[in-house]
Amino acid sequence: MIWNEDFETLPREALEALQLNRLRAMLENVYARVPFYKKQFDEVGVKPENLKTLKDLSKFPFTYKQDLRDNYPFGMFAVPQEQVVRIHASSGTTGKPTVVGYTRRDIDTWSELMARTLSGAGVGKGDVMQNAYGYGLFTGGLGAHYGAEKIGASVIPISGGNSKRQLMIMKDFGSTAISCTPSYALNLYEIAKEEGIDMRELPIKVGVFGAEPWTDEMRRDIEEKWGIDAVDIYGLSEIIGPGVAFECVEAKKGMHINEDHFIVETIDPETGEVLPFGEPGELVFTTITKEAIPLVRYRTRDITIIEKEPCKCGRTFVRMNKVAGRSDDMLIIRGVNVFPSQIESILVDRKGILPHYLLEVDRDGNLDTLEVKVEVSEELFSDEIKNLQTLAKSIEKDIKDIIGVTCRVRLVEPKSIARSEGKAQRVIDKRKK
Amino acid sequence: MKIGQISVFIENESGRLFEVTDLLGKNNINIRALSLADTSDFGILRLIVNDPDRAYTLLKENDFTVGRTEVLAIEVPDDPGGLAGVLGVLSENSLNVEYMYALVETSSDCAVMIFRFDETDKAIEVLKGAGYTLMEGKKIYEI
Repeated sequence: MIWNEDFETLPREALEALQLNRLRAMLENVYARVPFYKKQFDEVGVKPENLKTLKDLSKFPFTYKQDLRDNYPFGMFAVPQEQVVRIHASSGTTGKPTVVGYTRRDIDTWSELMARTLSGAGVGKGDVMQNAYGYGLFTGGLGAHYGAEKIGASVIPISGGNSKRQLMIMKDFGSTAISCTPSYALNLYEIAKEEGIDMRELPIKVGVFGAEPWTDEMRRDIEEKWGIDAVDIYGLSEIIGPGVAFECVEAKKGMHINEDHFIVETIDPETGEVLPFGEPGELVFTTITKEAIPLVRYRTRDITIIEKEPCKCGRTFVRMNKVAGRSDDMLIIRGVNVFPSQIESILVDRKGILPHYLLEVDRDGNLDTLEVKVEVSEELFSDEIKNLQTLAKSIEKDIKDIIGVTCRVRLVEPKSIARSEGKAQRVIDKRKK
Repeated sequence: MKIGQISVFIENESGRLFEVTDLLGKNNINIRALSLADTSDFGILRLIVNDPDRAYTLLKENDFTVGRTEVLAIEVPDDPGGLAGVLGVLSENSLNVEYMYALVETSSDCAVMIFRFDETDKAIEVLKGAGYTLMEGKKIYEI
């Protein structure tokens, strides 16, 4: 089901003409209104009028997450405060969160994009959508909510957690669609089994899953266990939230990027050079309709491949594959962004020294697990068990409080963690196939 | 009065305890007493040896995490209730025992127990006042 036939099936030439117009206006806008961009453009000597074709976009500088932090909270905004009707923020990985804002029109755009996303999944008027994405500063919950309302589905704004209640409501309200993280879907299945509920007998028919990386094996597993179609969605708060790209239930082969609102490039993360579609590279987005916080060439750090081949659903937008990795060392553990550097700063707080450490990420049943191995140096050592156990527990507590991830700290002997020749290997991700 | 104890951090892996004792043995260091406290992840091996300084250096050179702590070796009457008597005195004086273990050798008619206190000096004072004998380090090292 295509929500907006006019735009979603635009022939390439028409789409590119539209992109060029919108992009030119956007560049002029940020140059005039956002001091950060004026300074950046001037530094590399480009002006909005230098943009003659879409290819010229590569002359413009990148925007990094750090730029949003440096301009915390509202320095990147292109409209006065009174036009901002909504403010969201990311978790704040190393201190300050990344703040994003929306004008009235941005909220409409976002709702439109989520309406496309949900329609792509086959959700429509008459459906009962149980929205188990978190509501709050996180964009997932409200993003999906507005989209579902726009298409006229009945939304259950249940937010995340409270699994038994989720199942009760799913059964009693007859939910036909669910939106949540894929690992939570598997988690719910386990609890349903314990409760004696057969998911396959519930009226639910489709799941809209995102906010964390997942595999095709996991898709098949969820589809089998729930007896539903499972589709993938992609988004990031800096660009708009969920709704940047979405899979259609017809093909389930990569996510259509809403190219009438975002221009996508793939680049070599080392050199910054633009790569042709079809080659793995870092995703870079330029927003061309956003009012409150338009971003030029935002580096997502997500590595993927863009497919240009037409999709059988009829949409003309390019598709992105599942994110294959990150160009920085960020981990996503149970939907939470975790940088090894955050763990490092927690560890270094103990006695001012940084022990060797290793993060081991694995999956136990449906849940990601994190084990932090910490080498016990002489400074950390005590001849009393309770002191060492207190040390391990307090690191676990800090990681939970500061980063928001439950982990297990395992104290190990010095030099038991392999030393690498070059960059220290800080992470072993056993979830990867 | 105070006895030098060596403690070693050991991961719960087969062979690690052997490696420590083997290293000490090959270097002619004699173990007088030991205790091994363990959790599911790791253990702490505490040792009283004839040459704590050399044992410390040796273990360190071989990449073990080693600590040094001062403990007391207390002569405990080798009768029923002997240990309870010592602990009673400690308890009356609010002295907390962090851990304790036995020394193999006996001294005259007494068993010898190793005690670790947070307040070692106070423990010495209290125990002496109650008439208990604390062994000298030198004597233990030379047993």
